[in-house]
Amino acid sequence: MKKNGAEILIECLKKEGVKHIFGYPGGVVLNIFDALYDEKNLQLFLTRHEQGAIHAADGYARASGKVGVAIVTSGPGATNTVTGIATASMDSIPLVVFSGQVPTMLIGNDAFQEADIVGMTRPCTKHNYLVKDVKDLAQTIREAFHIASTGRPGPVLIDLPKDVTTGMAEFKWPKEVKLRGYNPTYQGNKWMIKQAAQMISKAKKPVIMAGGGVILSEAAKELTELAEITRIPVTTTMMGLGGFPETNNLSLGMLGMHGTFYANTAVQNCDLLIGIGVRFDDRVTGRTSSFARDAKIIQIDIDPTSIKKNVPVDLPVVGDVKSVLKDLLNVLKDQKEPWGEIRKSWLKQVAAWKKERPLTYRFDKKVIKPEFVIEKIYKVTKGDAIICTEVGQNQMWAAQFYQYDKPRTWLSSGGLGTMGYGFPAAIGAQIACPDALVFDVAGDGSIQMNIQELATAVINKLPVKVAILNNRFLGMVRQWQELFFKERYSHTNLETVPDFVKVAEAYGAAGLRATKPEEVEPVLREALKIKDRPVFMDFVVDWREKVFPMVPAGAAIDEMIFEDVEEKPKKKLKAVK
Amino acid sequence: MRHTISVLVENKFGVLSRVSGLFSGRGFNIESLSVGETIDPSVSLMTIVTTGDDQIIEQITKQLNKLIDVIKVVDYMEVDHVEREMVLIKVSPRKNDKSEFLKLSEIFRGRIVDSGTSTFTVEVTGDEKKIAAFIELIRPFGIKEFVRTGTVAIAREGIKKSNQ
Repeated sequence: MKKNGAEILIECLKKEGVKHIFGYPGGVVLNIFDALYDEKNLQLFLTRHEQGAIHAADGYARASGKVGVAIVTSGPGATNTVTGIATASMDSIPLVVFSGQVPTMLIGNDAFQEADIVGMTRPCTKHNYLVKDVKDLAQTIREAFHIASTGRPGPVLIDLPKDVTTGMAEFKWPKEVKLRGYNPTYQGNKWMIKQAAQMISKAKKPVIMAGGGVILSEAAKELTELAEITRIPVTTTMMGLGGFPETNNLSLGMLGMHGTFYANTAVQNCDLLIGIGVRFDDRVTGRTSSFARDAKIIQIDIDPTSIKKNVPVDLPVVGDVKSVLKDLLNVLKDQKEPWGEIRKSWLKQVAAWKKERPLTYRFDKKVIKPEFVIEKIYKVTKGDAIICTEVGQNQMWAAQFYQYDKPRTWLSSGGLGTMGYGFPAAIGAQIACPDALVFDVAGDGSIQMNIQELATAVINKLPVKVAILNNRFLGMVRQWQELFFKERYSHTNLETVPDFVKVAEAYGAAGLRATKPEEVEPVLREALKIKDRPVFMDFVVDWREKVFPMVPAGAAIDEMIFEDVEEKPKKKLKAVK
Repeated sequence: MRHTISVLVENKFGVLSRVSGLFSGRGFNIESLSVGETIDPSVSLMTIVTTGDDQIIEQITKQLNKLIDVIKVVDYMEVDHVEREMVLIKVSPRKNDKSEFLKLSEIFRGRIVDSGTSTFTVEVTGDEKKIAAFIELIRPFGIKEFVRTGTVAIAREGIKKSNQ
């Protein structure tokens, strides 16, 4: 029986196991939305902005491990998703985005709501398609899901001209996908893995640096086993938070620009750095010429372009992290070296660094410190929540002062650093995990970038908890201005921040406020009781608070500055970028 | 280092833009690029001449391979191969210089493909060095304009030495 393009699309989504979609209607996608109207097994969540839809699909994907799906209209609908697509692309998140397009015969005519979205998203998708014939639709969708979810995952966009959604074709679900230009390597090279095992065995002062690849590959278990058997301390990148339990003794927390003193110091003093599912981003390495200067580097990654892109690598292993770690463990288990003995003095040294400079802040009795709020969130949730963040100071404090033990509990825009990501992502995560406790740690700047999604959360009765660390400033930029621009706060003072409690209430959500430290925990406990709607918690925090430790841009990662004013670094600070 | 890289791609719309966008987006150089169909009409071949140190060339080939529509990438630096480029040059030699110009063209196996009252257009094929040399030599005759195809390359058949 023949079906029209819109019906074929829906059949394909069902075959791919999709249950939830995020979207926003418009002229050229009317047929798709019409076909969705009677559909019982596919639920579309209407956001209040296309950017909300794409970030929600992203949060859904990160929390569940499934492919996130969004449907938007042509022109502005499609261009509004570009930030979210780029966000997903930088963090390797599997998405399939359907954008409407003007009818094929009008393409190129500057028709109403026409945009060359395939051209615009070419550099920020893993792949994209313009479907010109309804007969190719099913095949294209099958390929898109395959590409998005395999290898190094990423977003795929399918542009659907209106006549393709109305055109009729026989629906045939392609049995398999064959792409001669796409064949990711899953299994690591056996010889390389043996070499890696030897290097790991021999190393006296090794460190594991684990990244987002561990989460994407579902390899947290294998990573923990590797670290525990071989007694190697583990630091994670921001994207890797949750990939290794931070409550484990071997955990060094996060490294990099706002990483812990002990993680950065250990990396700079190690003799072997084992990079697992990391791409050595500049926020992690600092000045690359002095990064891990005494170490040999092993890099395990599924994407060959990640290897040797930013730092030289002594032993690359291209492959899926989980598969490579399994093979590596098998080789290592045969060796049965007394690793506990071999690493004893190194682990002692690392423990000393941990003791020397733990993550701290100065508690204040009168004003709320943002770090204190994060600690309290950890306390009231008992560490069992999905924490989404916006971007800036809120993100760094959330990374530092909450301990992530499980994968897919830390959802944050790492590569692109997209303000406005957290709240819609939290909505997506709550839909993917209805029983989970989902937080968005926000700043007063970031939350205003997608605040309209309150409506989405209210209507769908999603009990997302938004903790706004309200310092009336664009805090991270202000911090840089204080440190590197002589306190010239050019356009970072938000001055008239709205009354977030009233905003929340206006949308039908709950609004709570804490202005004193002793109110923080009661507000959080009150918020946890609310199960049928979102909550905005307005924490009025110290605007002067800065994120420390901090590695100034262009410095080596052990050239950190700390909170203590009297301990200014010997070198004069210089802002490079 | 100058590298000639051949890229076998799906013959689909937008592929050229994916490849050229990759170069511009990541700040890689393109000295020349030529595209054409292959014996299999579903596949096109791009020949790209680029420059960069080993690390950059490694990134270029890896990034190209990462594109879904790219089927195969060959860096001819590692392969014995033949390179050719064609150039059409319009020259307007003075009356007394015409015969010398024609002689020079002949030495370079050039073909006169058009001649008018004041200009000749000569077609020359060769590798980069030969074409550069030819252009230098005829420059004094007065080049009006020239147009180049960009390099194409093909691997040589490896001849195995017999064991005797």
